[in-house]
Amino acid sequence: MPLGYYPGCSGEGSGIEYKMSTEKTAEMLGIKLKELEDWNCCGATSAHNTNQLLALALPARNLAIAEQMELDTILAPCAACYNRHRAAEDKAREDPEMRQKIAGIIDMEFQASSHTISVLEWLAKDVGAEQIKAKTTRPLKGMKAACYYGCLLVRPQEHTGFDDNEDPQSMDQIVRASGAQAVEWAYKTECCGAALATSRPEIGAKMIYEVIQNARGAGAECIVTACPLCMLNLDMRQAKAGQQYGEKLDMPVYYLTELVALAGGYTQQEVGIPRHFVEAGSYLDSLPAKAAVIEAAEEAARQAKAGKKGPAAKSADGSQEEEASQKKIEAMKKGFQKNPEKMASRLIQDEERAKILAEIVAADEKKINKLAELMARDQEKASKAAEAYVTGELKKREK
Amino acid sequence: MKQTLSLGARSAEGQEQIARIEKEAHTSIKLCYQCGKCTAGCPVAFAMDSPPRQIIRYLQLGLVEEVMAAESIWICASCETCSARCPRGVDIASIMDASRREALAAGKIRDQKVAVFNQAFLSGVKNFGRTYEAGLLLQHNLKTRQPFKDAELGLPMMKRGKVSILPESIKGKEQVKKIFERIETMGRE
Repeated sequence: MPLGYYPGCSGEGSGIEYKMSTEKTAEMLGIKLKELEDWNCCGATSAHNTNQLLALALPARNLAIAEQMELDTILAPCAACYNRHRAAEDKAREDPEMRQKIAGIIDMEFQASSHTISVLEWLAKDVGAEQIKAKTTRPLKGMKAACYYGCLLVRPQEHTGFDDNEDPQSMDQIVRASGAQAVEWAYKTECCGAALATSRPEIGAKMIYEVIQNARGAGAECIVTACPLCMLNLDMRQAKAGQQYGEKLDMPVYYLTELVALAGGYTQQEVGIPRHFVEAGSYLDSLPAKAAVIEAAEEAARQAKAGKKGPAAKSADGSQEEEASQKKIEAMKKGFQKNPEKMASRLIQDEERAKILAEIVAADEKKINKLAELMARDQEKASKAAEAYVTGELKKREK
Repeated sequence: MKQTLSLGARSAEGQEQIARIEKEAHTSIKLCYQCGKCTAGCPVAFAMDSPPRQIIRYLQLGLVEEVMAAESIWICASCETCSARCPRGVDIASIMDASRREALAAGKIRDQKVAVFNQAFLSGVKNFGRTYEAGLLLQHNLKTRQPFKDAELGLPMMKRGKVSILPESIKGKEQVKKIFERIETMGRE
């Protein structure tokens, strides 16, 4: 079934890169997006500031359209659109009287049976970091990113639910799957000021400035967002916010989907990078050089470790090391024979796939030996081999 | 002589307003024990005359007039940090929201800019079914008498393909207009 798609009003205007890159991300993942026909604005903050029924009825018309189109799940990239639709569907589900009332107001059949999801929920939960990693052909190694969740993707918890609202991790996982480094920082879920940047610019500027400062202080070289209003404030209004504090700010800000699609091989042009206000292309261009430096340092560290003991010491130590590693391998083998399920779960997170691995090794001693050897030396390689066994087995079973 | 402090609004109208705010916000102000965690975490408290804890206290004491006169209910960015952190489960952000609606209905609008922004936003949705960002900013600037606000951003926005020249309207715009009209005749909920 295709995934329902609600691009939202900003997708045609200020958030055009978000729309472009979300669509490229879906294409890269082989997911078909089906846009809701003739959708309307969700009413955003202005509606719930003004009238509660209006705030429920506007999204409800879209939800009713999704039901007509038989779409169970609707992807709403904009954090506000997502939040308003999710709030309306939750309210209608828990309060049948209200659902009836709304159905009357929109003059449509309305069951509140569809679910609206955010880009975070889509990528981290439905698609999964593994799948994104698998589709990454140009990892963003060298990038130091501050993952900025803002408000509406994580609050209120009873609507958003799936991630922690104080220290969310889903965006960090996706960013890492794309090859970048996600820094730890304190302003992950602080507010960017939202519409205050328009209505009360001096207040908004302080909030924007503090988010950028905190990211920079934590060592980030860019900020990642999944909300078009956060982007508008942090990107378009960054220069002016800096001015208020006598500073020239130049922190590039990216949509999460831009990064995922870039890592998947799309060009900067295709995902909308040249449309940013804070120049964002040259940082991306600088990444290969940064990655080379990191790789060289990693290699040097490896060699230093290996060479530290010197050739003379090595032979004496070597046999001891050899012995220890042999013991470890034997222990692993025994583990596989005694409790294949447990060993399998150490290699594969997915429960079902781990179960299949347990079945495979129970019938194949050679594979036990191989996995035990790998696990003693390099857990990651062992996991990869285990995954390959399972994938091979599944293909065999399909035939 | 024993003295008891009587809490609650003195006027019947005030009592009604507070009851309505609580009902709309779907929460109870009586749960609040004034710890101040809401204010501590509020990202806009620095700009408020009465921060969130004080707003709740006013309501507990029946001082609804003070709440409606506060600028804070218009400054609140609806980020919901307060509600997420309240150890007593008070939905403070919804209280702010409901207080703003109550003030709006009573014609007590402390911050015209926010109210005008909301009005401009919704009138676009009512007429076209969607938000027309460029028109929204223009209307907001005209009504708040600051014609050149953000003008320096106009051209760069256009250059980046971020402004559509004409509003986009939907086929079902009459349907959307009817939604607004039905709610207007129903009054507030």
